[in-house]
Amino acid sequence: MESMNELTTYTSPNSTDVAHWYRAARTTDFPENGGACVKYGDQQIAVFNFSRRAEWYACQNLCPHKMQMVLSRGMIGTASGEAKVACPFHKKTFSLHTGQCLNAEEASITVYPVKVVDGFVYIGFTA
Amino acid sequence: MKHVILVGNGMTSFKLCEKLRKLSGDIRITVYGEEIRPAYDRVHLSEYFAGKTADDLLMAPRGWYHEQGITLHTGELVTEIDRANKTIRTHHGITDHYDYLVLATGSGAFVPPLEGVALDGVFVYRTIEDLNQIIEYGRHSRTAAVLGGGLLGLEAAKALVDLNLEAHVVEFAPRLMPRQLDDAGAMILAHKLTEIGITVHTGKATKRIAGDDRITALEFADGTALPVDMLVISAGIRPRDEVAKACGLAVHGRGGILVDDYLRTSDEHIFAIGEAAVHNNMVYGLVAPGYDMADVVARQLTGDLSKTFTGFDMSTKLKLLGVDVGSFGDPFGETPGSIPIAFQDRCNGVYKRINISADRKHLLGGILVGDASQYNIFHQMVANKIPLPAQPESLIIGTPGKEDEGAGVKSLPDTAQICSCENITKGDLISQIRDHGARTIDELKKTTKACTGCGGCTPLVNDVLKMTLEGLGVVVKKTLCEHFAFTRQDLYDIIKIEGIRTYDALLDKHGVGDGCEICKPAVASLLASIWNEVIAEQATIQDTNDRFLANIQRGGTYSVVPRIAGGEITPKKLMAIGRIAEKYNLYTKITGGQRIDMFGAQVHELPLIWEELIQEGFESGHAYGKSLRTIKSCVGSTWCRYGVQDSVSFAVFIENRYKGLRAPHKFKGAVSGCIRECAEAQSKDFGIIATEKGWNLYVCGNGGARPQHAKLLVTDVDTDTCVRLIDRFLMYYIKTADPLTRTATWLNKMEGGLEHLRQVVVEDSLGIGETLEKEMAALMANYECEWKKVVETPALRAQYRHFINDEASDDTLSFVDLRGQKMPTDWNRK
Ligand SMILES: Cc1cc2nc3c(=O)[nH]c(=O)nc-3n(C[C@H](O)[C@H](O)[C@H](O)COP(=O)(O)OP(=O)(O)OC[C@H]3O[C@@H](n4cnc5c(N)ncnc54)[C@H](O)[C@@H]3O)c2cc1C
Ligand code: FES
Repeated sequence: MESMNELTTYTSPNSTDVAHWYRAARTTDFPENGGACVKYGDQQIAVFNFSRRAEWYACQNLCPHKMQMVLSRGMIGTASGEAKVACPFHKKTFSLHTGQCLNAEEASITVYPVKVVDGFVYIGFTA
Repeated sequence: MKHVILVGNGMTSFKLCEKLRKLSGDIRITVYGEEIRPAYDRVHLSEYFAGKTADDLLMAPRGWYHEQGITLHTGELVTEIDRANKTIRTHHGITDHYDYLVLATGSGAFVPPLEGVALDGVFVYRTIEDLNQIIEYGRHSRTAAVLGGGLLGLEAAKALVDLNLEAHVVEFAPRLMPRQLDDAGAMILAHKLTEIGITVHTGKATKRIAGDDRITALEFADGTALPVDMLVISAGIRPRDEVAKACGLAVHGRGGILVDDYLRTSDEHIFAIGEAAVHNNMVYGLVAPGYDMADVVARQLTGDLSKTFTGFDMSTKLKLLGVDVGSFGDPFGETPGSIPIAFQDRCNGVYKRINISADRKHLLGGILVGDASQYNIFHQMVANKIPLPAQPESLIIGTPGKEDEGAGVKSLPDTAQICSCENITKGDLISQIRDHGARTIDELKKTTKACTGCGGCTPLVNDVLKMTLEGLGVVVKKTLCEHFAFTRQDLYDIIKIEGIRTYDALLDKHGVGDGCEICKPAVASLLASIWNEVIAEQATIQDTNDRFLANIQRGGTYSVVPRIAGGEITPKKLMAIGRIAEKYNLYTKITGGQRIDMFGAQVHELPLIWEELIQEGFESGHAYGKSLRTIKSCVGSTWCRYGVQDSVSFAVFIENRYKGLRAPHKFKGAVSGCIRECAEAQSKDFGIIATEKGWNLYVCGNGGARPQHAKLLVTDVDTDTCVRLIDRFLMYYIKTADPLTRTATWLNKMEGGLEHLRQVVVEDSLGIGETLEKEMAALMANYECEWKKVVETPALRAQYRHFINDEASDDTLSFVDLRGQKMPTDWNRK
């Protein structure tokens, strides 16, 4: 993986509201073009390394369909250019930009801003 | 605000609530239901026996009424209506004032006035409470009869079979389902029922139910008797008109509240709908006309008088698994001058009858037994008066292909109702596609709600979609997805010819965008089928199961299945599995493929478990892959006194030969040692049955939801030939099938069908036989146990953890105990 020493910013609706950037793990800990689950207190956050697009995304690990803690194991991809994740259970897909469910009427998921500094991945929380 | 009170909270009452709220928020709605639960789906009541809970069956949870601003009182029987003061009164003494009253009281089971109906062990079949009592009593019974061989009676009889009772059906008429079937159809049906364990007694007039406190037998007019431990009466329905009658509304002599075309009773402020109503001398014992009545009333209460209820046809389908019966339009040809055409195949248990009009232009109705797949389209043809083809008999003779159905859809008018649950017409669907750009079934489902109820209309909706898109000139090319404008077969050739080894390389060169959950696993499968390299190297393009080389289960844990070729295992290895399963607290279950599945492993435990399994000499069973599952076998000539060949040795050999081979979908095989076929080889993708002279090879069978018998490819071939033909067959399948297509579907769609396949595989008509064999040999030479590789490679092993930043395991997992083993908590209850 390329070294990422500069601060990269990511499209996220509320990255300006971030009160706390949590240092999650090294960039190299994540699989390329895939995700892993980060523990933040008692929360589970799915973080995705979309290396093909040199982008990072984060969202809740819980799939709202059957309330399963699995989204980090989902496959990522795009729909008309919009990054998304597909739940491994029943392939409901969610936008990684807005959290909206793209192929069914499930509740939206929470997405979090991500930044990379000095080879570390940070997730932004508002509180 | 206008106050509408509904008496009864059954299916039509619920529908009325839904429709009223859709039309207006401006009406106060109060519902009084006698049953303790909110309205539930009575039509699917029998699924209660198959594991559905009372909650699963609810039309909507209690909270829904609250959200909709509807006041719901359950467990309240309305006992009085004071029409002068416009009030009702319940048995608990609640009184309430209405502006309009709707009686949706449904019906009760009709119980004939026989001696003994009050004995213990005699039941009716209408409510969840009835079912609970039947289940309870059934625990201490061995035999049970159903009085009445109609639609409901047969459903009840099947339920008794499911309760492990010896089931009988007693019908007064000389045939079953007398109101829907003719003699020929009923005979085939009786035969089918016998096959699923129901004994049929027709032409039996029941004289008396015998017993002192509890039932012991049924006694018939002909002097015979049938000893039984319990009885379910299903002799018809009786509309619940008692409150209506008591307050002086006009009722029918045989029961039921009289209504006009506006569903108005003799009091203009009171309506009646559903099974309680009598319209034009008819009680409609089906849910669809009840829903239509609800629609008419909802409109009137909101000021739209344009729609009236003008009757409804009584077409029905029997909902018994494996027993297809449909009756539609005028099933008996009672229309003057109608001409019947019938087709009967007693060997396969199929009977089809259509009645056409005297001028041979229209379908009037008919009967389908044994194969009701044309029910929907025929029903539409009757309802919409579709012109018949020149040879109407072609409709029922020969097997209907997909194309016929497509043509059928084309001839339907735009007003034809396609989805009856949501009342969606062909025109609605077309407008979504043409004017709003819907391109897929999913989009149609989302925008119109079609197919979201019972789902029975999905094939028709699919046909409408295909037809409309073609009409619009949208090329319905079977491209993989938005990222690849190729079919799977195109991509197979590209990858092979250009020697492409990774997903990214293929996407860069031949695709657009960044991939998705459709093309990634499809390409992963192709790469595996072509190069057979360890898939863990490109983990993130694999489907979940392939990504972690295990099957994900409810709750997010995984199951582990080591290979047990041919179902043969030593006691030592059995003990090893037992020891390991116990150590990691795994739930164990013998699978249908003759091996052992261990459930409940957390992701970080997988490499640990496999490390131990590999030490004991096990390999991956590839239960997670689109690849060879198992070769099932029966014990064959080594032990069995009937066996003519050594089926187990052959099965072990074949399973080891194709293990790890990846294909468009999973595939299974079996080897039987004689024609008794104990290994069920004819339900497999390829099946081998021993003969005196060698082996018979069958291909493209399938079990599962759409069972299909395998077709005989060759007979009496020797072992080497048999293996060579399987090599070719599998390789041809791998190269040409669409993604996620089982061999059975692949064959069904193949031009030229079985004959073409035989030409290619056996006669080598394309001259590719040798190539196919070589390609197979190359794949087999590349086999490596994926789990061994992962266990031995630290970088791959490192991916197996729940949290990337913490050693903890997932603490949201929860289990319950079931028969001494652990189970995930039901995900509907979380
Ligand atoms: C086992 C079974 C299988 C069926 N299968 C099919 C099928 O495959 N296809 C099909 O179309 N139809 C089927 N039906 C018929 C279908 O269920 C009925 O047509 C439908 O339920 C009728 O709806 P309804 O609202 O008129 O009556 P119901 O659903 O019976 O509701 C009436 C409700 O009113 C209550 N009630 C009665 N009197 C009062 C009162 N005075 N005060 C308060 N509450 C009162 C009753 O307790 C009941 O809950 C089946 C029925 C059964 C029992
Ligand atoms: S649990 Fe995620 S799609 Fe069903």
